[in-house]
Amino acid sequence: MEWSEEAIAVGTRRLGESSVILEVMTRSRGRCLGLVRGGRSKALRHVLQPGNSLSVTWRARLDEHLGSFRVEPLGERAAAIMESSVATFGLQLLAEHLRLLPERDPHPQLYDVLAVLLDNLGDPAVAGALIARFELLLLDELGFGLDLTACAATGTTEDLAFVSPKSGRAVSREAAQPYRDRLLPLPAFLHRSGATFDGADLAGAFALTGYFLQRHVWEARGRTAPEVRHAFLRAVHDRAIAA
Amino acid sequence: MKTSTIGPEIERLIQLLARLPGLGPRSARRAALHLMKRRESLLEPLARATAEAAAAVKVCSVCGNVDTRDPCSVCTDPRRDPATLVVVEDVGDLWALERAGATRGRYHVLGGTLSPLDGIGPDDLSIAPLVARVAAGGIDEVILAVNATVEGQTTAHYITDQLAGTAARVTRLAHGVPVGGELDYLDDGTLAAAMRSRTPF
Repeated sequence: MEWSEEAIAVGTRRLGESSVILEVMTRSRGRCLGLVRGGRSKALRHVLQPGNSLSVTWRARLDEHLGSFRVEPLGERAAAIMESSVATFGLQLLAEHLRLLPERDPHPQLYDVLAVLLDNLGDPAVAGALIARFELLLLDELGFGLDLTACAATGTTEDLAFVSPKSGRAVSREAAQPYRDRLLPLPAFLHRSGATFDGADLAGAFALTGYFLQRHVWEARGRTAPEVRHAFLRAVHDRAIAA
Repeated sequence: MKTSTIGPEIERLIQLLARLPGLGPRSARRAALHLMKRRESLLEPLARATAEAAAAVKVCSVCGNVDTRDPCSVCTDPRRDPATLVVVEDVGDLWALERAGATRGRYHVLGGTLSPLDGIGPDDLSIAPLVARVAAGGIDEVILAVNATVEGQTTAHYITDQLAGTAARVTRLAHGVPVGGELDYLDDGTLAAAMRSRTPF
């Protein structure tokens, strides 16, 4: 068995003294793992840092084997990512989110968004918004997508400002009035491209995605939101205040 | 059926040696044979030294260093600068910095880095004792001497956040061209980091 594809490094785990198990995200094969012999060598260590784009060739005798990777660097983003706390925590949060996906299950849309996201993680003004949208897409890819196209009560597509925590469907500002304290706020940038956002919108967006991730994903796996998500939100919040 | 040509004591010695870093089953066999050939000059002193070390080794309750006394010899050295604290991932990093004589500060050993893949979170590392140590006062600078990896730097950013309320200045090691490094062979990230961190000459 053998295949070659472009991939994004998500993480590594030491194996023995000189090798690592590399975890990558690919466009057509999803999250894949494989052994990299000599992955802890001076020549390969920097190549295998999370966030880097790689050309990988996976080889194994049988498809169900772990297999081994041969890697070539395509784009090394890790050093730039390490410079800022928003980018570093953001990268770790993305890796945590990708690990919610089953191995070898293709999610091309997530891969495409991931590639764009990693190129913009260094910009704290947009990193928060991009990751919130990534979480929304992740919910969708895991089968728990929110319906933000029209109001669940009236069917209107205008002025959608809330989400029902029960149905995960959008509710317009007018229809939400009687129950607004029981609904989750829906920041405009999550469903309308080009909409501007501020710190409160980001907080609202992460509260929304966090609520549904907790209910459908983390709770089902017997866990809570990863610690790095809190660190990322703090970093984004601090940057927003500093700006 | 294959019969063993060596006794169980020697087999056990080989198995234990094979668990040491840098040694596999073959090199463990060679090492064991070498030890047994030099029984009086090497094997017995090694056995005694190992037993003595096992009885005396302690983890320093202040910094996490490994020594035969607690607090360790670095923490109790009066010539050390108590206002500078160097944070390292592991005892091996502390020894490397000591070997280089790079600092006269004191140390704090984290015991690893934050690694979601390995399930290592902040509570698994010595971060809370570090924050308590800095918050107690008397430390002007905390130098984050962690590895230049994504995991190392995630840990560094996390510690910086945790120390935000203290009076200590937080610094980190420079990233750039190593001594003897040729630009042509350096990775893009290191070159970009070196260019960003350039200094007046």
